[in-house]
Order: sequence, then structure tokens, then C-alpha cells
Amino acid sequence: MLVAVAVIVALLLSIGLVLLFSARRWTPNEDSVVEQINRILPQTQCGQCDYPGCRPYAEAIASGEADINQCPPGGEAGVKALADLLGREPRPLDTSHGETKPPVVAIIDEDRCIGCKLCIQACPVDAIVGAPKMMHTVIADACTGCELCLPPCPVDCIDLIPRRRPFIWPVKEMDVETGSASKTTQRERDHA
Amino acid sequence: MHELDVGEQLYRFPGGLKLRHHKQIACRDELIRPDMPEALYLPLQQHQGPAGERVVDPGDRVLKGQPLTRARHDREVPVHAPTSGTIRAIKSWPVSWPPDSEAECLVLEPDGQEIWFETDALTNWREAEPAELVERIKSAGLAGLGGAMFPTAAKLRGDWPHVHTLILNGSECEPYISCDEMLMRERPDAIVEGGLILARALGARRVIVAIEDQMGAVEKSLSSALAEHDPDGLCRIVEVTTIYPEGGEKQLVQVLTGAEVPHDGLPQHLGLACLNVGTAAATRDAVIDGKPLIERIVTVSGPGVAHPRNLITLLGTPVADLLRAAGGAHDDTERLVLGGPMSGLPLASDRIPIAKGSNCILVLRHQDTRREQPVMPCINCGECVRVCPASLLPQELYKYLRADEHDEADSLNLFDCIECGCCAHVCPSHIPLVDWYRHGKGVLRERGIEDARAQQARLRFEAREKRIAEEKQQRRRKREQREARLQSGTEARSEVQAAIERARSRAAGSDEDGDR
Repeated sequence: MLVAVAVIVALLLSIGLVLLFSARRWTPNEDSVVEQINRILPQTQCGQCDYPGCRPYAEAIASGEADINQCPPGGEAGVKALADLLGREPRPLDTSHGETKPPVVAIIDEDRCIGCKLCIQACPVDAIVGAPKMMHTVIADACTGCELCLPPCPVDCIDLIPRRRPFIWPVKEMDVETGSASKTTQRERDHA
Repeated sequence: MHELDVGEQLYRFPGGLKLRHHKQIACRDELIRPDMPEALYLPLQQHQGPAGERVVDPGDRVLKGQPLTRARHDREVPVHAPTSGTIRAIKSWPVSWPPDSEAECLVLEPDGQEIWFETDALTNWREAEPAELVERIKSAGLAGLGGAMFPTAAKLRGDWPHVHTLILNGSECEPYISCDEMLMRERPDAIVEGGLILARALGARRVIVAIEDQMGAVEKSLSSALAEHDPDGLCRIVEVTTIYPEGGEKQLVQVLTGAEVPHDGLPQHLGLACLNVGTAAATRDAVIDGKPLIERIVTVSGPGVAHPRNLITLLGTPVADLLRAAGGAHDDTERLVLGGPMSGLPLASDRIPIAKGSNCILVLRHQDTRREQPVMPCINCGECVRVCPASLLPQELYKYLRADEHDEADSLNLFDCIECGCCAHVCPSHIPLVDWYRHGKGVLRERGIEDARAQQARLRFEAREKRIAEEKQQRRRKREQREARLQSGTEARSEVQAAIERARSRAAGSDEDGDR
């Protein structure tokens, strides 16, 4: 009887030790989860998710504070990718944070710009260059189209134009049953 | 064991189709030049890669062969004035790629005098350094004339082991196209000389001229050119069996060597370089005559044109001028195609100009274009798999692309598809397979661009965050230091004293300056 109890206790202790050790040794790295979430986010840094950038939002998702459907630029595809990564159910985009729009870039009307520097301070990716009382300009390649430079501009000289996208060959297929184009992937071409 | 030379034994590539050639109709008449067009429209970018830097302005008078753009590196290719005249404007004008699009073109109004810009000929090219030959080829604006328009200089030097064999590709296998056949008949000497120059530039020891077994007259003319210009016996003519798409670079390499060009590699990694025969002839003109690439042979053919023929065409000539030179198009012409019937691109307008890679204009009537047959579901018959020259699974690719599963299609090597059109040709369900592959490649390419953009935005955002945090830290440290100083008595007094003195001297300064 005593021997049996001793054996069971010893067994439990050793299993407990192994579990304790492996829990210390192989904890899921919090950082790597944030990193993986951040890689899926579109890096627009627009703050529509109510967090000041994509990485803070990724941290909030990882800690369970924010939901996965708060990113309008990422769209439904982004929500789905996040759901796949985190093993959750995909859900429709929360439109209270905004709607998914085609990508845009900001452009400054250089005649109207007064060089106040407010947009430079607002830009989350340093995509606006300029000096005080000199006109500013947007580095189009670096602009994410986050629209954060619009509200601070006192003379309303910043416009958003569609971002130039590469040509994608359209597919037009006639459907057997309906005789109409069933799957038309023609996209309006914006070769600005 | 005796090591076989390239081309000594011929192999087969998987798939492919035997097609009716329809080539002879355009080869009966001799080569002529169309009348000088009223204006030439020269796209600044006529090759794969970024456009060169423009060096002329509207209003400038230019001479024949004068560079209009300048290449800053090997992937840029300069454009030259095809004739003497005046640059009238820089205008948005229809171009062939992307379809239905316009691009900035220089509008050159010819003056009809054909005065040449100074030409810099090199007669003793056999002694010239390879690097100098490549420089000349680059500044002459050479890009692959077979249709892919890859910058020739970038093909001749790069990061790969030694290239031992140069393959001159004269096996144009697509129906109707016969510009290379005409060139090999009319200018075999130029091809052989150009091939030898290219071989010297590459450091290659052998040159293979690959032609098709049904080009009877070509073999004879090339042989006599070899006898005259190739005393060392570097060149050899190899006749390959005509199976479409044998003229594709990878397929030709496989036929000649039995080796497959690696999925992520180039023929150069196998010690081979593959160039079009037209590029070889242009190389000869560029090096021996010092003349840049300003014209090419274009086939105008198809059932919709009155007199199918080959034309020596100045770059920038609108397609409409070519059609006129070929007797005009029939009234019921429905479609103009750039390239051949299998892999060509439909042209949106006959104002589109001929560029360096334009090999053929195909004119199709209503009854020749594929009728609007309903697309039926894929029945998994496997015909497309049988004919695919790249050993892909076209039906699987189609299913994934249709379901928007682009990553799966990518993992089935969608990008190895050469868009030859064999699968769509044999498909009993009339599925426009190549359209789907082009679409899928476009989506994946755009996604790659977007990913790179997101990556850059992330780095910029993080750099900014770091900078702001550092600035904040610095400000805090300064404030703390100041507070510490103010708390210790003597320091504080001297600090106050210094501030008072600063204010005084500023006041004195402004007095001296007057009332500024």
C-alpha cells in the first residue's frame, strides 16, 4: 500500500516537473504572435481601428483587447487572414470603423500650400517633405493613403487621387446557363 | 565517353502542337519599305524595363539615328530617331501594352531628307574587347527582336558562370509570322557576322543557328554566308522539327541540349545564351556600321489583308501605314493582332506604332476570330496537360484561379507558364485558359508590389516612432537636468544672471539694428 502511494506520488511529481520545465522552455512567444499579426495588417497606419498604427493594433489583437475586424484598409480578406492565423471565426468587417476603399495617394496642390508643416507632423510614415513657409510635397511611393494629413491642413490643399496600379489582364467568360458574363474580373484601369 | 556538342543530338520538349503554318503567303513578295508615314510615334519605353532618360525636347531637329533617350544602366534601352525631322510633341498615344492603354510618345515629323547622325563604325571588331562590344550594343538600343524585347546588353553580361554556346533563334514556330525567315533569306551574312560579334561579346566558343526543317531556302543562304564569314568554323546550322512553341527560349534550349532551364534560372546558368536572329543582324549593323536600331522587318499577314507580305518598317510607323503598304485590310476586318494567332495581343487601334518587339501584324476577319462559343465547365479531359510545353497542370491552375486561390496557383508554378496558348487551343470546353493565367499572374504581381509597399510603410512607421520616442526622451532629460541645476542654489543664480545678460544683449543688438 505504502509503496503504491509512493510510486504514484513520485510519478506525479516527475510529470509535474517535466510540464513545468517545458512550459518555461517553450512558452509561445508573445512578440512573434504580434509580429505575425502585424505582417497581415496593411501597414496603412491610418488609425481607423482606434489604435495609433498597425503595430499597436496588432498588440491589441494579440492581447485580446481588440477584435480582428476593425481594419477597413485590410478589408474582408484581411479579416479572413487574421481569422486563419488566430484560429477564430471570420466575421464581417465592422463598418463603424470605416469602409474598404480602393487605394489612394495624397497629392498637395503646390499653389495653395502655405508651408505650415502641420501635415508633415501628421504623416505616420514621413511621406511628406517640406520646410517652414516652403511648399510641401508628398513622396507618392511612400504614401499609404491614410488620410491623416487631411484634417490638419488649414488651407485644404491636399487631395486624394487613386493610386496607380499595374495592369491586370481581364477575364471574360460567358456562362453556360445564363449566357451572360458570369465572372468578369475587368477592373477599371487607372493609369494616371 | 564522347561529349556531345550542343545541337549534335536533338531532343524533344514535352507537349506542343503541330499547327498549319500559313507562312508562305507572306514570303512570296520581296521585302519593301512602306511609304514614309506623315509622323512617327516613338514610345520612350520599347523594351522590358524602365524607359531611358529623354534627351530631346519638342521643337528639336533630329537626324537619322540620333539618340532620343539615354540608358543609365543595362536594363534601360535608348530609343533613336528612325529618320531625320523635327520632334513635334510629346503626346499620349495608343500603344500595344498594356492593352487599351496610352503612353508618352515622341512625335517625329520626317523631313524626307534622311540625313544621318554621325555614325561610329568599328571595322576591326575581331580585336575589340568584349566590354566595348557590349557598350556599343547597349548604346545602339538593342532589345530582343523576337518579341520579348529583353535588353540585349543585360543578356550579354550578368552574374552567371561562363557562357560557352550562343544559340541564334531562327525557329519562329508560330503560324503566319515569317519576318525571321525573310531576314535569314535576305541578310544571312548580317546574321552570321552579328552572331560572331555576339559570341565574342559573350566569350562563347560556339554558335548554333537554329532554324526549322521546313525553311528550305534559308538553309542554303545561311550555309553560303557561313562559308564566307566564318573561317574558324564556330557556327553550325541546326534544323529542328517544327512543333509549336519550339521557338520559345526554354523549349529551344531543351530541344538542343536535352536540359531544362531551371524554374528560377536563365539559359545563361546552363552556359547558354539565346538570342533572336534579328537581334544578331541588328548587332552587326550596330557594331560594323555604327547604326542604331531604327527599323525592323514586320510581317503583315492573315486572311483579312489583301497582299500579305514582309515590310522593312521604321520604328514608330503606325499600323495603319503598314496595312496600306500591304494592299489594305478587307472591309470585314474584325481584329488586328500583334504577334501570331496563338500568343498574340489584340490591338485596340490601328494608330498603334511599331516598336522594337513588334514582329507581326495579323489581320483577322469576322469568320476567323474565334466565335463566341459558350464556355463549358472543365471536364478534366487532360488534353491541356498533354500539350503544355512547360509541364504544368493547366486544368488545376484554372480551378485555383477561378476560386481566387492565387497562392495555390503560384505553388503550382503559374509563373512558369509561357502563355503559348496550346492549352486553350485544344480545350474542348473553350475555356480561355491563357486569359486566366495572365489575370492570375497580374494579381500575384500586384500583391507582391503591395507587400513590398506595406513592408516599406512598416519600416518608415517604426523609424518615425523610434525618432519621436528619442526626441521625447531627450527633452525629458534636458528638463530634468535644468531642474536639478535650478535646485542647487549657486547654479540657479548664475543661470538667472546669464538669462538676464542674454536678454540685455539682445535688446542692445536690436537697438543697433534699428527698428527691425
